[in-house]
Amino acid sequence: MPEIKFDRKLCSGCETVDCLMKCQYIKFTSIDDAKAEKLKINAGETSRVLNECLTCYACQEYCPYGNNPFYLLVEMQEKKGILPAPKPIVEEQLRMMRPKGRITARKVSSPVVNMCAFPMLSGNVRGKLFEGASVISGNDLFCNIMWLHFAKNSTIRERVPQMIENIMSFYLKDSGIEEMICFHDECYGTYTSVAEAFGIQVPFKPVHLFDYINRRLDQLSDRIKPVNEKIAYQRPCSNRLSPATDKVLDEIFTKIGAERVPRQYDRENALCCGGVPRAQQRDELADELVEKNISDMVSTGARYCVFNCPFCMATLGQEAAENGLMPVLVSDLVLIALGE
Amino acid sequence: MKDFIRQLAGITGQEFVSAEPEERYIYSMDQGTMPPALPDAVVMPGSTQEVQQIMRLANRHKVPVVPMGGGLVLSGLTRALNGGIILDMKRMNRIIKVNPVSRHAVVEGGASEGMLQAYLKKHHPELKHSMPDAPPIATLAGNICIHGSGHLSVPGGFHSDMLTGMEVVLPTGDIVRTGSCSVSQDWFARAPLPDLSGLFLGWSGTTGIITKLGIKLFPSYAHNDLLVFVCEDADLMPDVISRLTGTQVAEDMTPWMTPKPEWARGFLHINISYGAHTKKELTFKRNLLQASVKKYSDRKIAGFLPMPPPQKSRFLKVPSADLVTFADIRKGGGFEYVGAIMSIEHFAEAYRAGLNIAKTHNVSYSMGARIIGAGHAMMFFYAYAFNRADQEDVKRAQHALEATNTAALEIGGIPWKAELPAQKQIIDKMDPGTFNLMNRIRSLMDPNHIMNPGNWEK
Repeated sequence: MPEIKFDRKLCSGCETVDCLMKCQYIKFTSIDDAKAEKLKINAGETSRVLNECLTCYACQEYCPYGNNPFYLLVEMQEKKGILPAPKPIVEEQLRMMRPKGRITARKVSSPVVNMCAFPMLSGNVRGKLFEGASVISGNDLFCNIMWLHFAKNSTIRERVPQMIENIMSFYLKDSGIEEMICFHDECYGTYTSVAEAFGIQVPFKPVHLFDYINRRLDQLSDRIKPVNEKIAYQRPCSNRLSPATDKVLDEIFTKIGAERVPRQYDRENALCCGGVPRAQQRDELADELVEKNISDMVSTGARYCVFNCPFCMATLGQEAAENGLMPVLVSDLVLIALGE
Repeated sequence: MKDFIRQLAGITGQEFVSAEPEERYIYSMDQGTMPPALPDAVVMPGSTQEVQQIMRLANRHKVPVVPMGGGLVLSGLTRALNGGIILDMKRMNRIIKVNPVSRHAVVEGGASEGMLQAYLKKHHPELKHSMPDAPPIATLAGNICIHGSGHLSVPGGFHSDMLTGMEVVLPTGDIVRTGSCSVSQDWFARAPLPDLSGLFLGWSGTTGIITKLGIKLFPSYAHNDLLVFVCEDADLMPDVISRLTGTQVAEDMTPWMTPKPEWARGFLHINISYGAHTKKELTFKRNLLQASVKKYSDRKIAGFLPMPPPQKSRFLKVPSADLVTFADIRKGGGFEYVGAIMSIEHFAEAYRAGLNIAKTHNVSYSMGARIIGAGHAMMFFYAYAFNRADQEDVKRAQHALEATNTAALEIGGIPWKAELPAQKQIIDKMDPGTFNLMNRIRSLMDPNHIMNPGNWEK
């Protein structure tokens, strides 16, 4: 398997070390301190960063050169056997999310929407917004990006090509379809950023949900009834892998009359929802992240708390609701604007 | 017998006595592996006085009487082994009173777990009782009599420990009271009197019919949460359980090990539920629990599963629906659930014995335990599902159960709510003086030997 695409020379020449200096969870005394840790990682040596990393993906976005610092970090964690979470938890998840071989070929028609390992959310693909859509989902299509949280790049290398093969051979190839809508940032990040960095070939064109919705709203513009509400957006970790799509989301919100209120913890400064630290047995940090996110949202006066990641929604939704915010997925907010 | 049945009808009314074959058939068995035994009749009394009259009549005619609550014991304890009558208590199901200050309730002998749970939710939402994971129609009296356990067994112990007193009709028809209610109008405790309640606990219905009982209630919290601990090494479990119970904050702790779903095979889990009046208190309790086993999570050899709030709701349901789901895994309505009460340090041995037995006898299994008190004991269970319509499957389950009872006794445990063969195994291992005393007590209380004969006999 090819190495992670990473230019050590480029990294060692970096003046700002943004990947570490901008990190919201690990503190460095100076740029020199951060640089020293970064050089250790690059050289395959032990660095405290490998142990302290929250695996929030943010350094992928912070790196001004698109040099994949996060993927390299995960690679080093695995090589050194530094498990972010206890081994039985990782092993059990590996089994739980393994391909089940329960996939059957069928003809699909455009647009093909991939719901990944969340078939229970297939009901969200409905109405005019997704008219004529074919939904595909299940463990045999799982994008497997979650293993970045568990120091398991090896699992990504092993399983992602199989998922791509399943998508092609069971659905897209015989149906003559070349595009696949990724309902989640995770899938889009896998088939674009991860695939590119890991040297995995993707024979179809992944389309981000936001790009699809944005396009579709232009076609359905006469149906839009602006929601005229303030919304607080919870940007997920995996959107760090495709930051350009966050701008598309702004266009969507503008089209449906939703005001994305400025939050302390949004955009590049987005804060982890608190889900992953619980796997790392860092519940007190998770509590702190939940509290910061919720109080930040509440302070904006927003009515809706909008998610694109189902895991973020599961982690924060109940707390948001208890604090007077209405948790909703981006697609459902758009459906509201379309009167559905 | 016809005349006897006619006299029964004179006590309860014709509609509450039946000697019809279809009813006798239904009452001849439970869902477990024990073979059916037909009663001559079934009677459903409506009051303590009716129970008293029935017992006097049965004693006079030397007709066997088998007391029955929900009939869900699964080990065949409510079968009429020598014929006679099944005395079904379900009509006597009133919740008589609740004392919300000193936290106890008084109920009739046929009141079910579900009835008390529903009553408290409606009238005293600040209170709850310890629910077993049996179907809600299981009776409080039945579960207490078998030394059952439930969702509050970590703070409260066995359900028999939560008993505050009883009204019992003896085989001779005498009515007796045990606990504070024998002296006072209040049913607050069994202390400080000679504890006569023990004459009816664990005896498998061979000493009397419970017509009323007092049961301890506990605070029902506004905030509830769950942790699921997971590890791969059974040898860690006694220390883990001891540490977790040492925090004194869990309400219920239930280890579980199952080969299905496949992802769970080989892993040992512990569901730990706890509650609090405020979120702050809830977080404090969670931190105590997590800190107690930090030495394992720091080494990354064990830890707590990350579960977003929506995923927890299934595990916080009381009673749990999971065992019921497993009970039907083979279809065909057969299910037996063998528990053994033992010390927690035998956890690994008990687990490995269960794995061997399931493999040797080729049975579908699920294993688990419920922790009693601050790690004082556990009810380690082996659940076997089988298809009642498939005799080979029934036999496999029976043999697995026998092997399980033998293994439990060898480990140092004692089969719980033991079916007839297991009772004999226990007696064989029991101190002879203890068994002699049991027989002397029984002869004294039941001179005509009419109460659930066949049980606790050599």
